[in-house]
Amino acid sequence: MTNPLLVQAIPQGVDYVRILPELVLSIFGILVMFLDPLVDEERSQKTLGLIAFAGTLAGMAATWYMAQSPGLAFSGMVKVDSFAVFFHALVIAIAAVVILTSFEYMAVQKIRAGEYYALILFGVVGMGLMSSAVELVLIFIALEISSISTYILAGFRRQEAASAESSLKYFLLGSFATAFFLYGVALMFGATGSTNIDLIGQRLQAAPVQVLVYVAMALMFVGLGFKVAAAPFHIWTPDVYEGAPAPVVGFMSTAPKAAAFAVLLRVVFAINAPGRFWLIWIAAALSMTLGNVGALVQTNVKRLLAYSSIAHAGYLLVAFTMTADNSASGISAAMFYAASYAAMNVGAFAVISHFANAGERYVTLEDYEGLGRTSPLLAATLTIFLLSLIGIPMTGGFFAKFYVFSAAVKANLIWLTIIGVVNSAVGAYYYLRIIVMMYMREARKAVPVTPIPFGLGLALALSMVATLYLGILPNGVLQYAQQSAQTLLPPVSSSAAQTDAPVAVP
Amino acid sequence: MNTDNLSPYILTLVTFAPLAGALLLVLLPRRDRDIRIFALVVSILTFMFSLHLPVHFRRGQAGFQFAIDRQWISTPNIHYHMAIDGISLWLVVLTTFLTPLCVLISWKSVHDRVKEFFILLLIMETALIGVFTSLDLFLFYFFWEATLIPMALLIGVFGHERKVYAAVKFFMYTMIASVFMLAAILWLYANTGSFDFVTIHDLIASGKVPAFSAATQWLFLGFFVAFAVKVPLFPFHTWLPDAHVEAPTAGSVLLAGVLLKMGTYGMLRFNLGLFPEASRHNAPWIMVLALIGIVYGALVAMVQPNMKKLIAYSSVSHLGFVVLGIFSFTQLGLDGAMFVMLAHGISTGGLFMLAGILHERRHTYEISEFGGLASTMPIYAASYLFIVLASVGLPLLNGFIGEFLVLSGAFQARAIYGILAATGVIWSAGYLLWMYQRVFYGKVTHSVNNSLQDLLGFEKAAVWPCAAAALVMGVAPILWLSAIDPAVQAALTPFTELASKVVGQ
Repeated sequence: MTNPLLVQAIPQGVDYVRILPELVLSIFGILVMFLDPLVDEERSQKTLGLIAFAGTLAGMAATWYMAQSPGLAFSGMVKVDSFAVFFHALVIAIAAVVILTSFEYMAVQKIRAGEYYALILFGVVGMGLMSSAVELVLIFIALEISSISTYILAGFRRQEAASAESSLKYFLLGSFATAFFLYGVALMFGATGSTNIDLIGQRLQAAPVQVLVYVAMALMFVGLGFKVAAAPFHIWTPDVYEGAPAPVVGFMSTAPKAAAFAVLLRVVFAINAPGRFWLIWIAAALSMTLGNVGALVQTNVKRLLAYSSIAHAGYLLVAFTMTADNSASGISAAMFYAASYAAMNVGAFAVISHFANAGERYVTLEDYEGLGRTSPLLAATLTIFLLSLIGIPMTGGFFAKFYVFSAAVKANLIWLTIIGVVNSAVGAYYYLRIIVMMYMREARKAVPVTPIPFGLGLALALSMVATLYLGILPNGVLQYAQQSAQTLLPPVSSSAAQTDAPVAVP
Repeated sequence: MNTDNLSPYILTLVTFAPLAGALLLVLLPRRDRDIRIFALVVSILTFMFSLHLPVHFRRGQAGFQFAIDRQWISTPNIHYHMAIDGISLWLVVLTTFLTPLCVLISWKSVHDRVKEFFILLLIMETALIGVFTSLDLFLFYFFWEATLIPMALLIGVFGHERKVYAAVKFFMYTMIASVFMLAAILWLYANTGSFDFVTIHDLIASGKVPAFSAATQWLFLGFFVAFAVKVPLFPFHTWLPDAHVEAPTAGSVLLAGVLLKMGTYGMLRFNLGLFPEASRHNAPWIMVLALIGIVYGALVAMVQPNMKKLIAYSSVSHLGFVVLGIFSFTQLGLDGAMFVMLAHGISTGGLFMLAGILHERRHTYEISEFGGLASTMPIYAASYLFIVLASVGLPLLNGFIGEFLVLSGAFQARAIYGILAATGVIWSAGYLLWMYQRVFYGKVTHSVNNSLQDLLGFEKAAVWPCAAAALVMGVAPILWLSAIDPAVQAALTPFTELASKVVGQ
């Protein structure tokens, strides 16, 4: 007889299926890098981009294929469940839309594409892995893969000092934050003797919680809090978003964030992290408030949306304060929020990157004056994304906020809900300012508006359909999220969570 | 309940017909004339559809009719539940009645971005009707918020000089207030598992909602703040004059005619319907605020040099009557409140149209710019007088019935309230007639006014229906009250029970 441990250690065929999206995306990424020197430089932009886009489509198909065989892989390091599938599909979709947006942008900015598309694909590999890894060390590695790609992407406007600053700032602070995360992992290992999330959860339930565990949780939260731009770890966001290329901002404000939230969901809920309540409560309240207040005074659209993304991280964090019985509704609300935020924000940045023009010259609020007249279609599209960011009915942003606050009220977090709803009303002001600029003022200077190319049009249409779909027929996505929530929870509390489903009082 | 041959789809048709029209309008080429005609046809068709409602409405019955109830989202448990009773019936018809008039009055005055204007106007109509027809709290909130954007854009894009300031102020005021309602709705859902108005109403009435008694005051306030800002009740009224003065005429008409009624409708439906005890408990200070609104609105209207601002402040005063009537908890008071809502919608809508017509010709609302217009614009002056008299509350016109009923109700509740509110009637006669005298009588003081054109055909078509409606409502109020009465009675049942409980103790 062979050693059962050894058998377990040898990867089976199905193990590779369970990381198939990562494999496919990596292959396409390598292909892009390999072809980069071979294709004609003039046309390489489009060709490489199309290959990368095909890569995301193949990755999407691979995700579907992976979804057919859920389970553990590679000695229990990777876990394919509907939760992982959800986030795989989300980050790959974001990447696809961002790649479509980038065709035109790279040409207009005269940036040689080359490894740009490869980096997006590699980043997605890391993010996908973040959502399916159940091993803290693997999560750390995945986090690094995704982060390093985004550090470089942030500096892709090489001629611009602001972009270099953005990249460097992101890199320095980001490495610092990942170190915090790693430190937390180490302490968690010290406290529980394991880096496997499920095992940690079991051991924490079995024994009284040590102080070390609290410290470990706090450190991990610092690391992930940085990645999702939650206050008080948000200071980097405006500068980095301002300098980075606009499509990249659309990418990094959604995809890595969604992945980091996926990790946070696993860490918080699968471990059932002790002592997290006030930590997250305060971070959520601070993020919402500081994000919205900061955005009120911005005149640069990218900075404005940077602060808005801090605020949205805050709304999302509200879902993380759920405990015990309400965990399931918290998880599904967070997943739904991540998806609709991605749809509207990627869309908004697609408009911004088109409008910014060469050298990103037109990114202040003033430049948007009279856009409703000069380019009615573009303005109307941006308006829908902004309305969704405000949280107006018929858009995904509305349901996202609605589910989060609904879960919070159910968990009796009345004060946090009040802070949240007041914040979302205050937040309406600065999104409205952009709408005011576009429709209610006349252009004072001539800002050229170029026709919308096909790739961008497709990207905009996709984000718009997603935003409206989530706003009018949220049922499908929500039910999938609710299903996933059940798989994420440790077995003990999942039975409790089932009784938590809304039942009419007899 | 027997609902045979009451079609469940008619409400959906009425609600979404304008939206469908708006979507078709998007596809239409930018030929302004075609767009205007198309918008007019859509709005008139919607009005025709909506006439189905009062014709087939069972007047003796108190409950909801034409109900449609389908599941929309499974968790959370959100339904597409629409139905109307005697309270919402007339508000729906008021909306569909005013919209074609708004299209007509904007025929010439809107000449830039015509397509966008009519798209917004039609979307607005759908949202407004939806507010009155939806019985699912979620759906209600959905439409409630949906009214904000088109209105803010109508003001901000098509308004006058300080339009941006007015639009943003309007948006922020109402948005901030309504999130408190959202919080209250979420609380109700968390503790009842339902967004359905009828279900929640029954659960509350039978005392089966956990922790309700501790939260009821906060819930009441959550809803009330949202509605009070919309009404607007003193001291939340400061957005209103700005919004009105800057809004285009059609925007003002819908704003005063329908949008403000969303607030009073909400109070009647949700505050009284869901929280009868808290309503009773809070009634004293609310009635005082309503009284202050009546008198203060009238006094401020008196000194306005700007015609549109004067009408705006008169709205504050009139809506004070509505709130006073609602919180008198008497049959007469509530009947009157409903009637004032409708009458105010028609006469103030008419006044705003007339003011807009004058602005079209002189590009100013300043009263001092006019004088002696009766000789240069006789038809206009006569129409204006008719609407002013309706608004003042001349017997046999619509304003009189409503105010009379409200005052009787207020007397029953507390005599001093009735007496104080009655002074409001005098004030309103004062400021409106004084304004009329300054604008129309005497000699023509500015020579430009000598050459002003009298009412044009489409303007007559917009204003005269208002005058006709004011007359019919004044002569035969029973047509309206016969539907309102049973619904109001049903709304008051918990209050008579409460009162008898108090007496019995």
